[in-house]
Amino acid sequence: MSIAVATPIAIRKKPFAPQAARIGLYVFLTVSAIFFLLPLLLVAMNSLKPLEEIRQGNLLAFPVNPNFDAWVTAWKTACTGLDCNGVRPGVWNSIRITIPAVVISTLAGALNGYALAQWKSRHANLLMLLVTVGLFIPYQAMLYPTVKILSNVGLFRTYAGIVFVHVIYGLPYTTLLFRNFYVGVPDEISRAARMEGASFLRTFWSIILPISTNILVVVAILQFTGIWNDYLLGLIFAGNDNLPMTVQLTNIVNNARGAANPNVNMAAALITAIPTLVVYFLSGRYFVRGIAAGAVKG
Amino acid sequence: MSSISLRQIKKSFAGLTILRSVDMEIEKGEFIVILGPSGCGKSTLLNVIAGLDDCDDGQIVIDGRDVIGLEPSQRGLAMVFQSYALFPAMTVRRNLSFGMEIAGTPKAEIVDKVAWVAKLLQIEPLLERKPSQLSGGQRQRVAIGRALVRSSSICLFDEPLSNLDAKLRAETRVELKQLHETLKSTMIYVTHDQIEAMTMADRVAVMHKGKVEQFAHPQSIYEKPASLFVAGFVGSPAMNFLDGRLDGAGRFITGDIAIDVSAYAFEAKQGAGEAGLGVRCEDIPLAEGGVPGRLPATLAFTELLGADALGWFDCLGKRFSPRLGIEAARAMKGEVGLTFDMGKASLFSKDTEQRL
Repeated sequence: MSIAVATPIAIRKKPFAPQAARIGLYVFLTVSAIFFLLPLLLVAMNSLKPLEEIRQGNLLAFPVNPNFDAWVTAWKTACTGLDCNGVRPGVWNSIRITIPAVVISTLAGALNGYALAQWKSRHANLLMLLVTVGLFIPYQAMLYPTVKILSNVGLFRTYAGIVFVHVIYGLPYTTLLFRNFYVGVPDEISRAARMEGASFLRTFWSIILPISTNILVVVAILQFTGIWNDYLLGLIFAGNDNLPMTVQLTNIVNNARGAANPNVNMAAALITAIPTLVVYFLSGRYFVRGIAAGAVKG
Repeated sequence: MSSISLRQIKKSFAGLTILRSVDMEIEKGEFIVILGPSGCGKSTLLNVIAGLDDCDDGQIVIDGRDVIGLEPSQRGLAMVFQSYALFPAMTVRRNLSFGMEIAGTPKAEIVDKVAWVAKLLQIEPLLERKPSQLSGGQRQRVAIGRALVRSSSICLFDEPLSNLDAKLRAETRVELKQLHETLKSTMIYVTHDQIEAMTMADRVAVMHKGKVEQFAHPQSIYEKPASLFVAGFVGSPAMNFLDGRLDGAGRFITGDIAIDVSAYAFEAKQGAGEAGLGVRCEDIPLAEGGVPGRLPATLAFTELLGADALGWFDCLGKRFSPRLGIEAARAMKGEVGLTFDMGKASLFSKDTEQRL
């Protein structure tokens, strides 16, 4: 950052200075990239090694006989406690939990955010403050009451229960993001829709949602990453039949029976991480655009 | 076409009074301009008529039906917004048809109506474009088209020309006036631009601090302003004012000079008291020496305006700006004499600020 900012001044001083600044910038970026990629590279490398290679003690060496045996084990036969089915059942559970939770919390957040942006009174500000407070209360403080409430209505340790918990815990966040986006949308557009006879929901659906692509993608990605990577809520609320991948992964890594299998652990970790990586790669363009749009409009 | 009557419309917001009892009777097919400085409540009044804002008190009757509490779409009116407010994700065609889709208009009729309005406003080549691909002037046409397409009997305009450049504004002004002649719908047009008010309106309502100060034909607003505010707000250059006192015997006394006002048509019986005298720049003829009521004046400078000129004179401690011919203005210097055409002047009470 500071290098980029300094460039114009450098131009005025010396003719070759921009070149130096550019080189500096690339050195900085390369070092940062290595710093962040090295752990991932290490994990990927070791997941491809047979166990013997790792036992020989050199974790940092490139694999001599790279193969996907550890991946297959992690996927199919690694033991998570009593069962030895790998992370496979967890993948399906994670997908089943994440997709509805992301869709519902994003769309409900958009509707909430639009309603809050439209509603202009002191009470609206108070409500907004409460929503923001909802962001700052740590999960741990809310866990016990949530458990009590869910068991009272029979949703504790059920599939519907875990989706519901993710939606509720995500709502303050998604509402705030959408509200801040919609405050920047001119009021006259909603008023024009009202003149045309469109109801609140019709306006939201036909006019407001279609101009929200960028913010929708940003919020959906943030929610996807958050819910996919969640461990705590999954462990507590999902119940044994619906344990997400992250919980299965921990069980594999912490499995007390048998010797430690670092290559299998690392392969399982990578399999768990792949979906979030894919989501970022596919939507990176929208993500940057949405972040920038939000930044300009405040 | 619809008639509208506004009866004692009141509105305040957060302790601030925005409209303090507005009354207006608008006839079928009239083109009404609501004129006023920013903050006078004119846009709020328009939103109240539209039904986008609620008023605290009062009645709005459209064609004999009280519409208070009805949604905008149920009031049978359409509106053009200052920022155009086109729906960004929809094509021009869908922008035009959206309202009719919601109303459940048959498909064939929607197609016909869109074709009709596109032809009327010459926006046929733009129908498949998105608003972001249009210029300011084109967006404005689409916004007008969206208001006209449903053939609402009342059309509201909220400063629709203020985002256009001067040339386009002048052209669109004429076109809007022609549209009104063709469609004959009732139009209410809010603006702070007095040229728009003077050129387009059948009647102008001048608003000030939440009240209608005068509601009349534009020419009579110019010639016979009902209050000091209207006199000062309407007209460019501004009206020339002189403070003084009426002696009750047909004379206006200012300092040690008496001006004969026997030619002035008083609204009511002439009284005595503190008063203000206002004259338009066209009504200050120069006077040779010896003419009765001649006021001595010194030329400060002249402004050449192309077709004619304004002379700025120091007279009785005030600045006066009579309109002059170009030749006369060029030749003029030093001391001259001015008179006021009392048949066209205005007198205002100092107490009530109303016309006498």
